[in-house]
Amino acid sequence: MAGTLTEVILERRLGRAPERGEIAIVEVDHVYLHDGTLPLALRVLEEAGVPSRPRDPGRVTVFIDHAAPAPSLAAARVHKRVREWARRNGVRLYDAGYGISHQVMVEDAIARPGMVIVGADSHTVTLGAVGALATGVGSTDAALAMVTGKTWLRVPEVLEVRLEGTLPNGTTSKDLALHLASLVGRDGAIYMSMEFTGPGLAGLGVEDRMTVSNMSVEMGAKAAIFPSDEVTRAYYNSLGVEVEELAPKPGAEYDDEASINLSSLEPMISEPPEPSRARPARELEGVEVDQVFLGSCTNGRASDYRMAARILKGRRVKTRCIAVPASRRVYNTLLREGVIQVLSDAGCTIAHGTCGPCIGAHLGLLADEEVAVSTSNRNFPGRMGSPTARIYLASPYTAAAAAATGVITDPRSLL
Amino acid sequence: MDGPIVIEGRAWRLGDGITTDHIISGKYKYAKMGRLEDMLPYLLEEVIPGFYKMAREGDVIVAGSGFGYGSSREHAARLLRMAGIRVVVAESIHRIFYRNAVNNGILPIISRVIPASTRTGDRIRVDARQGVIVNLDTGARDRFNPPPGLLMEVINAGGMVEYIKRRGLPW
Repeated sequence: MAGTLTEVILERRLGRAPERGEIAIVEVDHVYLHDGTLPLALRVLEEAGVPSRPRDPGRVTVFIDHAAPAPSLAAARVHKRVREWARRNGVRLYDAGYGISHQVMVEDAIARPGMVIVGADSHTVTLGAVGALATGVGSTDAALAMVTGKTWLRVPEVLEVRLEGTLPNGTTSKDLALHLASLVGRDGAIYMSMEFTGPGLAGLGVEDRMTVSNMSVEMGAKAAIFPSDEVTRAYYNSLGVEVEELAPKPGAEYDDEASINLSSLEPMISEPPEPSRARPARELEGVEVDQVFLGSCTNGRASDYRMAARILKGRRVKTRCIAVPASRRVYNTLLREGVIQVLSDAGCTIAHGTCGPCIGAHLGLLADEEVAVSTSNRNFPGRMGSPTARIYLASPYTAAAAAATGVITDPRSLL
Repeated sequence: MDGPIVIEGRAWRLGDGITTDHIISGKYKYAKMGRLEDMLPYLLEEVIPGFYKMAREGDVIVAGSGFGYGSSREHAARLLRMAGIRVVVAESIHRIFYRNAVNNGILPIISRVIPASTRTGDRIRVDARQGVIVNLDTGARDRFNPPPGLLMEVINAGGMVEYIKRRGLPW
């Protein structure tokens, strides 16, 4: 028994020590799907002749977040079917505008440390930030998990990422995630679980950790798990929820390791067409920018907009700037704090929580050869609209700095 | 229909980093929501224009590293199957696509030898019982580990829907 977080969580489920590489049938604590993936899940069950009623409706959540509110008649019809199915089956539905699934799963405390969670969305890995073994699957696997309460998982090898030091001013956990992506590469963690250890953890809040776990799938990872520590407990306490501590066993054995000193990081930016093409933002200064997107499941949280507001306060944007807080809770927090006012005064367009801009579904698509700086997680060709548009990924500081100046800018010069 | 135990097909050689966005762009998924068949013309449209018309039953995708990276959208695997693809051979395959391939009756094979020596149009022979893949035009040959147990049974059945129809839920 090797005692990693992944194995500690799986051992409880299986009632025995898991073996790396084995295919285990595992009980799932929660399954979630959204308007982009539930319809195919229902179609698969219908084709197979299996009733779509979940084994335990309390362990299933559905989100209308991908193209929401409906930008087309086709989407509206899908949403209607999703709502009707959820109502008929007693499944909790978060309707358009409530927020992006991964954000809501954490801030409504559905996800908790030690849980095994599958989501029909690749960024389900975000929930590793709170100590859950959470992984993305397709519609068929989510459908099966829903009706049987179980899924198959290959017990993964584990990559330890040891963190030391603290992030310098103007540098964020997004810069850590982009740096890590450049280090590990697009395929470096395929089939592996990433686990974070070391004294550097203490300086990373749950929101910071979510950004890092979120981007682990851009390195191929199955999961990216943080321990449940004082930081985690303080976060859940603020939600009025008690959670358990969760740590790897002493002497846990890892298959590979990486070590990062947070103090040595600087603002990073990923060039198209892949997140792993990250380099220091200062090396790309002067690239002209048409649109800035502040939001997504990667960087759509309150702390992210506070950073953007630090840059944009008293300035006017020189690009189009779209801010999409990841949930209504985030939006309301920012309203109370005056952050929305700062962003609006600066000239940003502010919308409700949706995945729309990140996936080119609605709210600010890019035209041919346009350039965007985005706080999201993917910069593939055509991701946000035209295949010839260029998307640069960056932190909220760096994205806001691009909005304020009209060109890629190292944000430290504006702080 | 029994799965790809032994098949011969034509290769479609793709490069590195073919994401599920390349296979089927999110913008079509959301524009054509709920109508899988309507998305078929956009399959791999920026990579091989007209692919859906040229692909035939039993064809094989041969790709470089990082195949199927990105979104969990199962539409990517399903549309490839609808276009006739039975086998995907790549230097590496991202895990959600791997699962989706299995569930849609596509055999995923990890190989470095075959992608290195294959061009579009080559004849590829796959024997999943022996775990052998051969490029019949170049003679290049590689061994592979077929997916274990249940996964291979699902592929052999033609995907999870067919598996469930014949044998009931898998667990």
